[in-house]
Amino acid sequence: MANAKGSIVVDREKCKGCEVCILACPTGVIQLTREVNAKGYHFAYMVNPDACTGCSNCAIVCPDGVITVYRKKRPPVEKSVQ
Amino acid sequence: MAENLKTQDIIKAENLVYSKTPVLTDNVMHYCPGCGHGTAHRLIAEVIEEMDIQADTIGIAPVGCSVLMYNYLDIDMQQAAHGRAPAIATAVKRLMPAKYVFTYQGDGDLAAIGTAETIHACNRGENIAIFFVNNGIYGMTGGQMAPTTLPNMKSSTSPYGRDVELMGNPLKITELVAQLPGTWYVTRQAVHTPSAVRKAKKAVRRAFENQKLKKGLSLIEIVSNCNSGWKMSPVQANAWMEENMLPFYPLGDIKLEGNLLAKE
Ligand SMILES: Cc1ncc(C[n+]2csc(CCOP(=O)(O)OP(=O)(O)O)c2C)c(N)n1
Ligand code: SF4
Ligand code: SF4
Repeated sequence: MANAKGSIVVDREKCKGCEVCILACPTGVIQLTREVNAKGYHFAYMVNPDACTGCSNCAIVCPDGVITVYRKKRPPVEKSVQ
Repeated sequence: MAENLKTQDIIKAENLVYSKTPVLTDNVMHYCPGCGHGTAHRLIAEVIEEMDIQADTIGIAPVGCSVLMYNYLDIDMQQAAHGRAPAIATAVKRLMPAKYVFTYQGDGDLAAIGTAETIHACNRGENIAIFFVNNGIYGMTGGQMAPTTLPNMKSSTSPYGRDVELMGNPLKITELVAQLPGTWYVTRQAVHTPSAVRKAKKAVRRAFENQKLKKGLSLIEIVSNCNSGWKMSPVQANAWMEENMLPFYPLGDIKLEGNLLAKE
């Protein structure tokens, strides 16, 4: 398991549903909603949030710069005494 | 196993790793979904933020889809007549040599109507940066053939594909200006994948850093899609670009620190 877990926040009203981020995500986190925003675009969301590592690949390819990325280290796993 | 972190535990200010740079305004860009112009703008804005030169940078916007660039970058900008951005940049830089000055131009702007300005600014070795977004057509006016249109590539004015015998060869203006003594750094980049974006950003950074050296001009070509003009979805257009544009317009540095790099 990756030692950090991430999460993205998409500015849904500014997303244009281009799908470039979907392809850029190495762990298949992102899909477009069926719902549309006020401009009529399907927008990106985390269909698979647990797989996000916070690598920022999606955010750096987003032409509209609408993805914010967060990343947190997992707490160290305590070794069980056997 | 440690308990899975919940989304709400991760989305906290202290865990922020990437957000839009404040050098970009909050205006929604008018570009088509998936167009590389937005990414190219952002890289320039991020470098300006990282170098802390927001108040010392002056950009020259072109005619073309990016004519409204000044709405998106929170810096001083001047829009130029079609193709004349390098001439304006020359004047601005000479009058205010301490400023960082760049032009941002499409291939119709830079390699068609503005060819003379491009070549002479490069040859004079003006201490400016030129960001050249090559999407192989005139995007803004409806996808007409440009000097950069590939052989056999369809456009609205070459609907059966560019016939080289009739319409001439595409112009690799980036390789051409690399031959001129006035250019210090010439490179070709792209912004359609994460690794391309990371490399392109380093090139943008180098172009701004070069202005301090006063050694000449930096030209950064960014091969990009015009998915509307090419009549494809953004994802299809990026794949088409990789398959067709990049073999003709290979990515990488062409001239570094005034020296032409040998082709491998
Ligand atoms: C003097 C002049 N001639 C022609 C035009 C029409 N015109 C507007 S944009 C454009 C082409 C822009 O293409 P490009 O530079 O490739 O930029 P893109 O839109 O693809 O980003 C043309 C020919 C104009 N505005 N001014
Ligand atoms: S790359 Fe940006 S604009 Fe395109 S779908 Fe993803 S979040 Fe939306
Ligand atoms: S017409 Fe082409 S270059 Fe212009 S914004 Fe749309 S995709 Fe970008």
